[in-house]
Amino acid sequence: MGCIENLNYEKILPLGASFKECREYVEKNFSEFWYVDSGYKLFDEYIIGLPPIALGIDGAKIVFPYTKPCHGTYLLAVEDADEAARIRKTARKKK
Amino acid sequence: MTGGRHPEKNVPTRALLVLGCPEVPVQQALALHIAYNLRKQGTAVHAAGNPAVLNLLKVSDPEKHYLPTMQVLEKCIEEIVGKKRDCELCIVFAHSDAGISYAATLRHLLPESRLVLVIFGKYPEPLAAIADFPCEKIVEKAVHNPMQLKKKINGVFGWAA
Repeated sequence: MGCIENLNYEKILPLGASFKECREYVEKNFSEFWYVDSGYKLFDEYIIGLPPIALGIDGAKIVFPYTKPCHGTYLLAVEDADEAARIRKTARKKK
Repeated sequence: MTGGRHPEKNVPTRALLVLGCPEVPVQQALALHIAYNLRKQGTAVHAAGNPAVLNLLKVSDPEKHYLPTMQVLEKCIEEIVGKKRDCELCIVFAHSDAGISYAATLRHLLPESRLVLVIFGKYPEPLAAIADFPCEKIVEKAVHNPMQLKKKINGVFGWAA
């Protein structure tokens, strides 16, 4: 397992966003988005939440929800071309 | 691993207790109460949570009478995703939306398990409203006093008061 704090991330939605808010934000604000289920591994972390979970991609930037057990969920953006390519291969387009 | 029931007693063989951040005191007391009752009926109990809540439970149960095995939540999720761990009964404590997110995750990862979601804290009702996935919900405003929530838990599992 990795640690999200080791990534150079940008906060898109603040802590306390619901998984539904995160999904709707990604669907409304990104022309490219993909769906995964909870338990999908991204940046060596397991994605938490109610499926389908939307991941937004803008070039090499990946936007995804991240849940901290003590705090809640927030939406993060991280630049990583390899992970973006992996999402395009392994995630799905349909909910 | 596969789930199962004691054929003679119709009780689950393995239960997973998922705990949230320990900032609400009733959680740890009720976790031990649930573990005690499950073990008494013959169910093996495993607990998962963050290091703080696990340490609180270790201090309260130094000889591991109630919770013999525990692990951090991320490792537990990893094992469930990797099919190295499952359970027939999963009980999730939630006093924040993070707890609801973990319960939703476990609903997805353990589709065959009975999922009981214990929603508590100062404002449990809004949390109960966002838990719109299949599970049994036990909802009670409880921060310091565990008695009403304990009564509801006992009612759901058929345990004596």
